[in-house]
Order: sequence, then structure tokens, then C-alpha cells
Amino acid sequence: MVGKIDYKSAGDHALVAEFGNEISKAINDQVRGLSYLLENEPVKGIVETVPTYRSLMIHYNPLIIDQMSLIAELKKREEKLENLELPPPMVTEIPTLYGGEYGPDLEDVANHAGMTEGEVIKIHSSGEYLIYMLGFTPGFPYLGGMDSRIAAPRLKNPRRRIDKGSVGIADKQTGIYSLDSPGGWKLIGWTPVSLFEPGAEKPFLLKAGDYIKFRPINQDEYEKIRQAIEAGRNKWKTYPKKTEKGSM
Amino acid sequence: MSGLKIIKSGLLSTIQDGGRLGYQQYGVPVSGVMDFYAYRLANYLVGNAEEDAVIEVTMMGFAAEFLQDTVIAVTGGDLTPTLNGRPIGMWETVFVVPGDKLAFQRVKTGCRCYVAIAGGIAVPKVMGSRSTYLRGGFGGHEGRALRNGDELKIGKRKNKIEMLRDRSLADQAMEYPSAIILRVVPGPQEEAFTNEGIRDFYSGVYKVTMDSDRMGFRLEGKKITHRNKSEIISDGVAMGAIQVPGQGQPILMMADRQTSGGYPKIGNVVTSDLPKLAQAKPGDTLRFQKITVEEAEEAFGRMEKKLNQMKKTLSNGKNMLNPMEEKPDWNGDVKEEKPVNHKKEPPKLKEDLSSREKPTPEKNKVPLKPGQRKFIVRINEKEYTVLLENREKE
Repeated sequence: MVGKIDYKSAGDHALVAEFGNEISKAINDQVRGLSYLLENEPVKGIVETVPTYRSLMIHYNPLIIDQMSLIAELKKREEKLENLELPPPMVTEIPTLYGGEYGPDLEDVANHAGMTEGEVIKIHSSGEYLIYMLGFTPGFPYLGGMDSRIAAPRLKNPRRRIDKGSVGIADKQTGIYSLDSPGGWKLIGWTPVSLFEPGAEKPFLLKAGDYIKFRPINQDEYEKIRQAIEAGRNKWKTYPKKTEKGSM
Repeated sequence: MSGLKIIKSGLLSTIQDGGRLGYQQYGVPVSGVMDFYAYRLANYLVGNAEEDAVIEVTMMGFAAEFLQDTVIAVTGGDLTPTLNGRPIGMWETVFVVPGDKLAFQRVKTGCRCYVAIAGGIAVPKVMGSRSTYLRGGFGGHEGRALRNGDELKIGKRKNKIEMLRDRSLADQAMEYPSAIILRVVPGPQEEAFTNEGIRDFYSGVYKVTMDSDRMGFRLEGKKITHRNKSEIISDGVAMGAIQVPGQGQPILMMADRQTSGGYPKIGNVVTSDLPKLAQAKPGDTLRFQKITVEEAEEAFGRMEKKLNQMKKTLSNGKNMLNPMEEKPDWNGDVKEEKPVNHKKEPPKLKEDLSSREKPTPEKNKVPLKPGQRKFIVRINEKEYTVLLENREKE
């Protein structure tokens, strides 16, 4: 079901198409739907679109289309959203080495949850996480769907530098650092897979609306994957998500 | 030897172009020049493509030595540019020869200026753009700010060098007052603020704090009160967005802004006022005035029309716009606060530095009369200035 879309000015060269005011998969699916629709039936003058949790920001060139005409064009496409057949989202597997020096806060997270490190790993790597949006830093995925049993508060003193590839937990969220940056997430593991390679032909591994799944690996496997990546060979798997039907 | 060498990097000097578009959905900031008006004029003057890369110099301290003959133009804030210690004019072409040193002395107006070089700065494109994204460490020159000793290559010049002689857009220079009035389109979260908060925002005077950079300007002034929560579920952020976090002091989101953010936005500065805003420096004061999207679109349309006219005029070989032409009205109905002592000076030193190489023909220093066009022609290694009456009315 597609609710009413609220169109909001964000100045004279951007427009927000808002689908709701909560973090939910149903709303995010609609954002993805509109984004997909505009890719396939573009409106002349749109420069780029930015999907977020519950809205799509449309950056456009006001010299080509004014805001009122843009809204009119979008409204024309609204009804198509109802019966839109979306391609199934993709799931990208993230091989992750948990704990030890790679995940210095795993013990802390386990203590907080009142379970063993192994149990935390099992829970963390069992779900498929929806990529609600990318942002904060290039390629950083805002993921939904983490089991609240392994939720843990942020660090009281954020680290000055967190290596890219670090897998962390902050409250009920989990995420992967795409760049070396400061941060306060509790680090439970590390992946050799790079989410962002600025110079590469395809600089980004992930896309909003798709899913990721963590796969626990051991030190040997980690080394093999790291070497394969350095040699330029892909060592991660991407497959269409199974259980979900493509339509909204 | 070719290109130019950085002698002093100054406060912050980066390679920028029109910005990195199409990657915001992956969380990549647009970056690019802060002041698109000055940037485009600089490129027009030296005959570059509109999207060629330039050096964005911030406030002071930058110095570079040219290793080849070329033509440059400096536009934007007046940071008192000099060549070999002598003042040079802004918003006009300047010929340089190997060994010439460009330097900036102090801030007179604005905050940043643009150095365009005929052919553009040749750095590799990353994701379609040459802009430096400092926090991400990519784009521009090795993904970082320029440092002492860096050498930059220059792209292929698109025009014969003599085509670029005596080009000036000084009469189109934007003024950068230190008390700035900015027009704002409300939204997308104006409803997150109390009526009083909204009133305070539009009646208050806000000072640009030291905590301001290419990512955003933090302001200080009347506290803006939120209705309920001071956080929203993250959504997109456009250039010029006015975010107001919990403490009630606005942040203006600029070129290196994050693609999304979790603070409510009371409004967005209109596109045609962004160049002025881009030149705000710590201590400058801002005031905001609410207008409609339609009014903002009209103002931007007027500015764009003027920019296109300048571009066309220069590419037609006419090196100056008609001086009698009416000055464009960037400000619509807004009454501009004139800065003290900001009388536009005529281009200062008109010494042509290429004259050291070859004798230049007599120069016409008298402003062109309405309807006159000026041409430079080159016959047997000699150049002549030719004045022509315009046939069509502009």
C-alpha cells in the first residue's frame, strides 16, 4: 500500500518526497519504489535522488523544471507505485572475522547481553539486514533488523580512529565502517571486504534497499579472502533475496 | 617544465570544480566550489569549459609559481592578489610567464577566491569530478589540500592565447558585504519549530562563528526553539540547508555537507544567494528573509541568464561586456546593506605582463561606448586593438 506522499520544498533546487515519519520496512520499500520508478521513467531536470529511511530527496535543475511542474510530474507517477513490480533486492554476504583484536568490544557486548561471545556471533550473523540508506560517510550502510538481544550502548569515549571494515553495534543498530574515521560504535568484528573504493569502476559494494548478511570466518579464511581481494578477485557473494516477493 | 608549483599552501587551498553529482545516494558529498558565480566567471574569462577545475584559495597565505606561459583569472573574495609583489586586477585575465609568482596578501572582502588557469587544473577525475573531498580523502590533488612544493599540471588550452587578452568581467563582479541578507525558502521541516522560533529566526542577526568550514557554517544568535523534538529521522540535505540542532543555533550546510542529516531544517537559502553566503567568514553577520519557491526560481533564472550572456559574449570574441549595460539585480526586492568603503575600484594595475616578451600594441584604456565592441587581431606577429560598432542591439 502506498500512503499519501508529502512533497516538501528543500529550497529551490531540491524537493523531499516523504512517505511517513517512522523507520519501517514498508515505508522504505515505497522510497525504493519511487527511486526505481524515476530511474526507469525519468523526469527531465532531475539531477539525482537520495533515498533515506522514509523519504526520497530529489535534487533537480530549476532551469529545466520548476518545483511545481516537478511535483505535477511526480504525482502523475504516483499511481504506478501501487502496482510496481520491483526486482528482488540483492543480498551481499559480508565475511566477518569476529572478536579478538578485530572485534575488541565483542566481550563487552556479550557481557551486556548476558550471553557468550559465540551466541552474539550466532545471532548477529543469522539475520539479513535491510540497507535503509547509505550516508554519514561514503558507502556507510544504515542497517535495520538487528536482534535487540544483542543491542549495546555506544562507547562513552569514542575512538579517535576506527579502521574501515570494522563491524560495530550502536544501540539497536549494526553497521560497517566504510572509511577510516572516528566513532563511538562498539566493535565486534572486521571484514576484509571494502564497501567503498573511490577509484574503482564500481566504487560501491552496497545499494540502499538491498540487504547484507554477515558470515563468520576464521583467521585462515580471512587471510585467503584478503589476498584474493588484493589480487583483484571478488571473494564475496551476492544473490537475490529469496523469501520476499518483488512487489510492494 | 610546465604547470605551476605551490610555494605556500596557505590556510586551505584545494582543487574544486562544479561538484561530484550522482553519488549522493551512496553517501558521497557533492563537494565542489563554494561560490559557483565566481567560479564560473573565472572559467569564462580564461576560455575554459564551465566544469574545469580551479584552485579555491581560502583567506590567506597561498602562493604559487608558474612554470609555463599561461593566462589566469582570479575571481571571488578580494584576498589582494599580487603577481611578483604587485597588485593585479580581479575578474579579468592576467598573462603570466615562467617564474611569475602569484600570492595573496590579506582579506579585503569575502573569504575565498578562485584561480582559474586556461586549460584548467589537470588532476584525474574521481567519480566524474575533480573536486577534493577532504574528509573522504579523494578527488583533487591526491585527495587532500594543497601543500608546499606540490606541482600541478594544466590541461590543454582551448583558445589561442591572444583571444584571452584584455578580457574583463570586473563590471559583473559580485560584491561580498560582511553583513549579508539571505533569502530563504521555508521547509522541509519548518513545522518542527514554534511560531516564536520561526519569528526569531527571521528577525534575528546571526554571526558566523570560527567553527565554520567547507562542510558548514555554525551560527550564533537568537536561539530558535523547537516545537517538540530537536531530532528527526535522517533525510536528505541540500546545499544551503539551515539545520537547527537541539541547542537552537543554526548550521548552514555547504559544499562538503553530509548527504543526509538528522536535525530539522527550518529553511534553505536560495540558490542565487549561495555565492554571497559562500563568502561569509567568521565574524560576518547574516540575516534571513522568507520568500516563495517561485520568487527564488525567478531570481535564479535571472542570474543564470546573465551568466549565459557573459559566457556567450566572451566566446564570441568580445572581451568586455558593455559597460553601460545595466548591472544585474541579484537581490530581487531585498534591500542590500552596503558595506562601508566597498566602492568598486576599477581594475588596478593594467600592466600586461606578457609585454616583457613582445611589444604590445597601444591599449585602449577608455571604457567602451555603448554599442562598441573591442577586438584583438594578430597580423604578422603584431597585435592590434580594433573597435567596432555593434550592429545588433543588445
